[in-house]
Amino acid sequence: MQLSYVIRRLFQFLIVLWAAATINFILPRLAPGNPVRDRLVSQASQGGPLQEGIEDMVRSYNKEFGLDKPLYVQYGLYLSHAAKLDFGYSIANYPNRVMGMIRNALPWTMGLLLVSSAISFVLGTFLGALVTWSRAPKVFRYLIGPAMALSAIPQYQLGLILIFLLAILFPIFPLSGGYSIGTIPELSGSFLLDMLRHSLLPGLSVVLVGIGFWALGMRGMMITTKGEDYINFAEAKGLKDHRIFYSYAMRNAVLPQVTSFAINLGTVISGLVVVEVIFGYPGMGSLLFNAISGSDYFLIYGIVYMTVLVIGLATLAVDLLYPILDPRITYRRA
Amino acid sequence: MAEMPIDIAAIPSFPLPDRALSPDRTPMQAIAAYCRRNPNVVVGSTMLLTLILISLIGPFFINTKRADPLSALPGQPPSQQYLLGTDDQGRELLPVMIAGLPDTLRIGFLAGAIGLGLGIILGFAAGYLGGAVDTVIRVTVDTLLTLPGILILITVAASIKTFISINIMALVIASIAWRQPTRIIRAQVLTLRERAYVQVARRSGMNAFEIMLRELLPNLFPFLAASFVSAVYGAILFSIGLEALGLGPQNQPTLGMTVYWSIRFNAILRGMWWWWLPPIVLLVVLFFGLLLLTIGLDEIANPRLRRTA
Repeated sequence: MQLSYVIRRLFQFLIVLWAAATINFILPRLAPGNPVRDRLVSQASQGGPLQEGIEDMVRSYNKEFGLDKPLYVQYGLYLSHAAKLDFGYSIANYPNRVMGMIRNALPWTMGLLLVSSAISFVLGTFLGALVTWSRAPKVFRYLIGPAMALSAIPQYQLGLILIFLLAILFPIFPLSGGYSIGTIPELSGSFLLDMLRHSLLPGLSVVLVGIGFWALGMRGMMITTKGEDYINFAEAKGLKDHRIFYSYAMRNAVLPQVTSFAINLGTVISGLVVVEVIFGYPGMGSLLFNAISGSDYFLIYGIVYMTVLVIGLATLAVDLLYPILDPRITYRRA
Repeated sequence: MAEMPIDIAAIPSFPLPDRALSPDRTPMQAIAAYCRRNPNVVVGSTMLLTLILISLIGPFFINTKRADPLSALPGQPPSQQYLLGTDDQGRELLPVMIAGLPDTLRIGFLAGAIGLGLGIILGFAAGYLGGAVDTVIRVTVDTLLTLPGILILITVAASIKTFISINIMALVIASIAWRQPTRIIRAQVLTLRERAYVQVARRSGMNAFEIMLRELLPNLFPFLAASFVSAVYGAILFSIGLEALGLGPQNQPTLGMTVYWSIRFNAILRGMWWWWLPPIVLLVVLFFGLLLLTIGLDEIANPRLRRTA
């Protein structure tokens, strides 16, 4: 792999982070009023006469974030805080720091996101490939219709239906949460099993919605690949059918799917945010939902930034690993 | 860019005169033949037209004033008096559906149209003009595309939560809806601009603007129609997602806000299916219709997809 490509790709990653931080910096300042102050004041009006403390808090925020300095200094400070992943305190849960709350929620979301996207990617890719293969069982052709239909609806809407069917009508799965109430998160077999049981329904809603999308993409690629000369050659040579299918057709058709997987992690997380809310799953989505309900701006911006960071890292990893999958790619400038 | 070898296989072919549409058939026969061959477009547009029709004539039969809070007894299951029941805040849910559907459609069409419009302008500029213009637009789009759209929207919507309305919501969504169209239109323009008829136009003294408007745009029309439908689909998906998080118009009864309130008040755990199910049924019909239409239009715009296994 070319070093210059790695550098260019890293640079693009930094630009994405910079853009996310800048959006977070500019937007609150474009909005009328001072959201921090409004929020603190409304909190005070609920909690009684704490006007003195509020002024102190606003002042300490102004000092910490340098809000009394000129805009470009503020911007510089903001960027350096963002680089250190320091997003200050949560407004609604005051003594907690934003980063601490995110650190508790992030593993839940990333686990659910990566595992369910990967399962749905594999199932969908195989379905899409088998549909085009004339010697494959006909069954798959009947599956593609329902898969496409499911892919049209947002994950959380399927999630609501799944809860209704599999947790209320036929109570097979737990209604909500990431683990049973009363258990303590730990690394033990029984807890992991409990966790798995709780993530099955939210995972299933992501998996089922994704399959159709991946199948459609793979189907298109397979149709193109099947027309290639090397497939005809392999057939003429008398290679075994499954060998042609796996090593010739799928091997080549899957490459654009992988690129598309990296790009789509960002899309999947959009749906996952709401899925977590309806399942009461203790991840970033639920945290975000509560932050929005409580107008906890620092928490909202922190979550947005961290999610961009993690998705960016995942995309970067896929892009850098891609040449291993496709040796033709050398990343030399054309 | 000019010295880039053109991959023949990557050039999409454009619709040839259809046998189904040839003049030796009556128009009715032609339409019937076409419908048989591409049922996706027919089923999809029928679903969409039904929804549009409901939102147009619904208000004449159902009093949408009853969609306001406190207009009925709260938490009532469906009955003769309240056909779809009521929610915890005393909204009658049938009027909520009738009032909410057109708003959801409006956000989608408005944001989709603005997004596609910007996409056409930027995509044509990048693809046809090339050079520095292309580099700037391409790098910007590629960078922005890696940002998860919903997160940008959440940041924006959370900052202006207090005065968000249907139209503002559409504008907010349009602010990210141009990325995908720009990217794909640019790619299409790149494959078209070295075609013979474009070169003839250029040699005969048409300027860049005329070529884009009179040569490229009409040729891309089927493709743009498909892009428009998928832009509308994306916009509605985003708007429903934002609304389900509580970031929609606070005082208007939209479909997504109904989902939000039903989540907020645990309607599903309390067995109030009449609260969360109707908006989801409407949205599923809407999304499914849009999907079928996109697939069907794609097939018209890119006949190579017609080759099925």
